[in-house]
Amino acid sequence: MRIFVCIKQVPDSAQIRVHPVTNTIMRQGVPTIINPYDLFGLEEALRLRDSFGGTVTVLTMGPPMASESLRKALGYGADRGLLLTDRFFAGSDTLATSYALSRLIEKAAEEQGMPQIVFCGKQTIDGDTAQVGPGIAQRLGLSQLTYVSAIDEIDPDKGTITVRRRADHGVQVLTSRLPAMITMLEGSNQIRRGTQSDVLRAAQAKVTQWNAAAVGITDLSLCGLRGSPTVVKRVFAPAARSEKAEMIPAGGGGSATATALIDAIFKRQPALEEDLISAAGGY
Amino acid sequence: MNTSQTPVASASGSRAGMKKELPEHFRSYKHVWVFIEFEHGRIHPVSLELLGEGRKLADQLGVELAGVLLGSGDHGLDEATGSCFAYGADLVYLVDHPVLAQYRNQPYTKVMTELVLKYQPEIMLLGATVLGRDLAGSVATTLKTGLTADCTELAIDDERSLAATRPTFGGSLLCTIHTLNYRPQMATIRPRVMAMPKPEEGRQGRVVSYTPDLDEDDIVTKVLSFLPDDASEASGLAFADIVVAGGMGLRSEENIQLVRKLASVLGGDWGGSRPLVQKGWIGADRQIGQTGKTIRPKLYIAAGISGAIQHRVGVEGADMIVAINTDSNAPIFDFAHLGVVADAVTLLPLLTEAFRQRLLVNRLAG
Ligand SMILES: Cc1cc2nc3c(=O)[nH]c(=O)nc-3n(C[C@H](O)[C@H](O)[C@H](O)COP(=O)(O)OP(=O)(O)OC[C@H]3O[C@@H](n4cnc5c(N)ncnc54)[C@H](O)[C@@H]3O)c2cc1C
Ligand SMILES: Cc1cc2nc3c(=O)[nH]c(=O)nc-3n(C[C@H](O)[C@H](O)[C@H](O)COP(=O)(O)OP(=O)(O)OC[C@H]3O[C@@H](n4cnc5c(N)ncnc54)[C@H](O)[C@@H]3O)c2cc1C
Repeated sequence: MRIFVCIKQVPDSAQIRVHPVTNTIMRQGVPTIINPYDLFGLEEALRLRDSFGGTVTVLTMGPPMASESLRKALGYGADRGLLLTDRFFAGSDTLATSYALSRLIEKAAEEQGMPQIVFCGKQTIDGDTAQVGPGIAQRLGLSQLTYVSAIDEIDPDKGTITVRRRADHGVQVLTSRLPAMITMLEGSNQIRRGTQSDVLRAAQAKVTQWNAAAVGITDLSLCGLRGSPTVVKRVFAPAARSEKAEMIPAGGGGSATATALIDAIFKRQPALEEDLISAAGGY
Repeated sequence: MNTSQTPVASASGSRAGMKKELPEHFRSYKHVWVFIEFEHGRIHPVSLELLGEGRKLADQLGVELAGVLLGSGDHGLDEATGSCFAYGADLVYLVDHPVLAQYRNQPYTKVMTELVLKYQPEIMLLGATVLGRDLAGSVATTLKTGLTADCTELAIDDERSLAATRPTFGGSLLCTIHTLNYRPQMATIRPRVMAMPKPEEGRQGRVVSYTPDLDEDDIVTKVLSFLPDDASEASGLAFADIVVAGGMGLRSEENIQLVRKLASVLGGDWGGSRPLVQKGWIGADRQIGQTGKTIRPKLYIAAGISGAIQHRVGVEGADMIVAINTDSNAPIFDFAHLGVVADAVTLLPLLTEAFRQRLLVNRLAG
């Protein structure tokens, strides 16, 4: 099978700090990781390759340093890494991102053939919109299978696939046609440790880098800021409530504090106390 | 690059200052739409919440509010149409077709796109549910318009444009996003973020029926079966009147029980902040916040939770927020109503006992 996996390099959110005075995000020195949700797609791709043979290609759009995340994916066992990088992509929203990525996928497909599956993450941990996967599917006419918890059956020759999909109140069992865009649910698998030889290969691998022109993008008004219908107008810290929290003094021992707190709660919400008393029938 | 939307600097830079004119062909786009999520014979509550919010936006703009309802006739569409009116819609676009009996991306995207092109709304709201997120991205891409994800606040600015506010990652910031020169302006909103409006029984409206050109043979995805969930243990959390939650300040997995005990004495439900889920101390269905559950209880007690923005947006709808934290500068005190600077591990059991006594005494007296 031919499988593409879209991965995004994101700042490790656990290590992000906000400057206490200026409220700006302090990115300096924050390590980057592969978006954790993308690893479930990557592992699923590697498993399909284990069963059916074929190749797994990882793709990303980002600054030149995003090639690090591709190399990391090669270390897990992916065959090839493709980086789309160009200053024209700066400031892309999800519409512009899905445009650039679908051009990248088409360019790669020209060389390798159309993939049967494009995996995307369920969402990222930074932008967190979950919009890029559906955008790619729509642009390339792929069957859209989001929130997949398991691939039950796949027949690459017939081009059919059966999956379990997490819906709001239960699990849907769906059949569909390849090629498909799939987002895997977290917990559906666990990324493997790359083999020694994969890790060695990854360290030396040259990641293919393309710019906008190389993937055939001629209309730059579809890219980056210009190609993004959404505009971030304001970034701000949430206002504190105009009325400050009433602080219950903690002195005088814990029990006194507890009683004082309960008094304050019921003073503000007398109805709540009545509800509680009538509900506490068990005592 | 793709992350340059993030820093504050870029927002105040070229993009924010840009005042774009709405192109001529979009000027006829009017009215506010809410996509009505209708599955298994019932409307998802988030759609009713959005009708309440959409009503406010429509009134402010002086336009109509429409519900957009897709489904198949024998599955309760009439009743659902009535609910749309009761919850504030002036009209309902009704699309009744056997292919639409169960949600699938392809036919729903096709119909929604056709409706937008034909009836031209200026704003379209969808719930940020599994279904809503699956659909919104496809529709926005087909229409080539902007889509703001997971909003926590909506407003109309001086230029009649939708100001959609959502949290930014990794800290304590919010950002307001506009779609200036495309229509419709699309946004998804998480369940329970907006208040549930009071229905007005018997309220009437217009029905505009639309007949799509759909053929089951063209639809590549088929639903083989649906395995409904057992009512999840934590399914009541989003709707509980009283919620007690713990954060990293609890310091250990064992101390989760202090939270559970207090919740149980109060007849409420319990949950926690995201790091507790990541540590495996509590299940993912107990997480409260932006990427967990949004709650709107009468009373919310947060023990050892710092109050990061992703947590805050999930609890701000509570009538009363009580915070227990050892750090008097913790951000949670910026939006709590009552606060105590104390060790939660010591205070929680005392609080549980004091509540128990108080309710007991009052019950005997009453
Ligand atoms: C705080 C913040 C808020 C934002 N809000 C919005 C908004 O409301 N609307 C909007 O249109 N844009 C928004 N953006 C911009 C958006 O984050 C970028 O367009 C980003 O490039 C892609 O969106 P995402 O991170 O949400 O990805 P998602 O849509 O969550 O990503 C899903 C999957 O798509 C794939 N993918 C995404 N980006 C790439 C990439 N660069 N390379 C390879 N694969 C990729 C990955 O597999 C990923 O797991 C926001 C950005 C930030 C930082
Ligand atoms: C994309 C994204 C989505 C997220 N979604 C969510 C979400 O849905 N929900 C969520 O909660 N978080 C979410 N987060 C994480 C969020 O940013 C915070 O990291 C998290 O809420 C912090 O949890 P906490 O307050 O329990 O822990 P900490 O930030 O570690 O705070 C612990 C607090 O406990 C106090 N404390 C310490 N000891 C004691 C004691 N003995 N008694 C009382 N207080 C004590 C400390 O003063 C501190 O304020 C998200 C983050 C990202 C990037």
